Amino acid sequence: MREVLHHPTGLVGAVLLSVIGLAVVLGPWVAPYDPQMFNSMARLQGPSAAHWLGTDQFGRDILSRLLDGARATILFGLGATLLGVFAGAAIGIVAGVSGRAVDSVIMRVVDGLLAVPDLLFTLLIVTMLGGGLGWAMVAVAVAFTPGMARIARSAVLSVRTREFVQAARARGESFAYVIMREVLPNAIGPLIVEATIRISFAIMLGATLSFLGLGAQPPSTDWGLMIAEARQFMFRNPWMVAAPGVAIALAAMGFNLFGDALRDLFDPRSRR
Amino acid sequence: MTGGYLLRRLLAMLLVLAIVSVTVFAITIILPGNAAVMILGEYATPDQIAALGKELGLDRPWHVQYLAWIGSVLQGDWGTSMRLSLPVAQVIGEAFWRSAALAVAALLLVCVVAIPLGVLAAMRRGKLADLCVGGFAYLGTAVPEFVTATLLLVFLAAPERGWFPAGGYTSPGESLRGFLHHLVLPTLTLALILTAHISRQVRSEMSDVLASDYIRAARLKGLPEGTVVMRHGLRNAMAPAVAVISLDVGYLLGGIIVVEEVFAWPGLGRLMIYALQNRDLPVIQAVTLVLAAVYAISNLVSDLVIAALDPRVRYA
Repeated sequence: MREVLHHPTGLVGAVLLSVIGLAVVLGPWVAPYDPQMFNSMARLQGPSAAHWLGTDQFGRDILSRLLDGARATILFGLGATLLGVFAGAAIGIVAGVSGRAVDSVIMRVVDGLLAVPDLLFTLLIVTMLGGGLGWAMVAVAVAFTPGMARIARSAVLSVRTREFVQAARARGESFAYVIMREVLPNAIGPLIVEATIRISFAIMLGATLSFLGLGAQPPSTDWGLMIAEARQFMFRNPWMVAAPGVAIALAAMGFNLFGDALRDLFDPRSRR
Repeated sequence: MTGGYLLRRLLAMLLVLAIVSVTVFAITIILPGNAAVMILGEYATPDQIAALGKELGLDRPWHVQYLAWIGSVLQGDWGTSMRLSLPVAQVIGEAFWRSAALAVAALLLVCVVAIPLGVLAAMRRGKLADLCVGGFAYLGTAVPEFVTATLLLVFLAAPERGWFPAGGYTSPGESLRGFLHHLVLPTLTLALILTAHISRQVRSEMSDVLASDYIRAARLKGLPEGTVVMRHGLRNAMAPAVAVISLDVGYLLGGIIVVEEVFAWPGLGRLMIYALQNRDLPVIQAVTLVLAAVYAISNLVSDLVIAALDPRVRYA
């Protein structure tokens, strides 16, 4: 951790993530207004001392809504990524450890799934499942699974033939023991790096789904949904678009920068 | 280029497409909400759904349904759109070229801007230009298309300025000027994100190449810096860059869906959203297949370009 903070991009990433993290934990308490409170006297206002980021079409305080929405938006990214990483890692490890026939069948399917763009894949699944933030999260996780499986497999392949794995096998350890105690701890680096960077994609995909009306539903304070609702009023109050847009960008950038720093530390060869 | 390499790559691509077709079919058939439910709506009784399902052949085993579907797709019969009551092939054909125009314009812009930016950053490592390109790259990859698109609309299409139309489409046959005018903002949106990504890749490949022994040898020979960078550097840095660009085509195809929706550009992406909202299964299946095929073909083309640039690949 200390090394990440000494890394220039890692430090910037960590700072951004701390700010976002504070909003997630403290958001509803530090918000100056109730995020759902209508105020017909103060509609579509620009920034002012009373409303730092202005107000929306119902006079709701944009800053309060952003702080409130941090939770849904960030937890969506974390949840979808975790699900995708677990599913992908399980499949990739099975492929990497089983070898030959099972491996090639699994990897051909993975290749096929990778040929469908993430957003399209996610849209397909979420539509069939019926929309809503929960299903959107599952859909993003499913879309991430093939990519994670590929990375997990190659990480497993790189340690599978190493002496300590063969030694464990020779000792007669069970299959599960070899995977959990010998293979996984040594293959986990690339998975963590990829997962960190994927969180930013998950946040952006989730926001996109909400924007398209397939994720969070009104009156949720999801950042993507805030922008979708702002579109009608964007020329009258650009802040309604800009504020959540910047929030999404900062969150995504935080995870990106942090993930890049982790990558450099796990794999010194990629340091440039 | 060897014929064997080409053949192997072609077969791999066909295999990928076969898997995609099974997957698309599986998603639209196995998941809850099959075609009968979608046609009848959520208030239909189970009996109605079962009856229509039988009529549509949904009670057959899924592999029989798949073979029937893929068989007619291969024969050019893509079915009829449930909502538009038009042949799917016709609907998709028109939308395809509009999307292609958008995608090609974005890719051209990206290549013209991103590669020089990346080279510049690599040549001025650690200097201001490098930091600017790096910062832009991080920012660009962290802003989703729908945010960029909406912000561009706010700043460049505000009604009081009227610089660009806020959306829509004019066919080039009708007015080339109108067509280009509508093309600008969606192209900019798509290009911004891809430029961020690709310039960063070109920079890192180019940095590696410029630090290599053969570049030092070329410099020691006394070659002018321009020749060193262009002839010896860029060519070797291009193969990985082409690989990244082709991967980004996948990203571009996803981005097109959002961008077309925001700018009301009547291409495949908008058609897809329309089909998803109206649960128009034949259109959903066909658009997904077409987009996956485009992606698979672009991967194939990039493999061939890389093989042409780097002799080590084609004999591996």
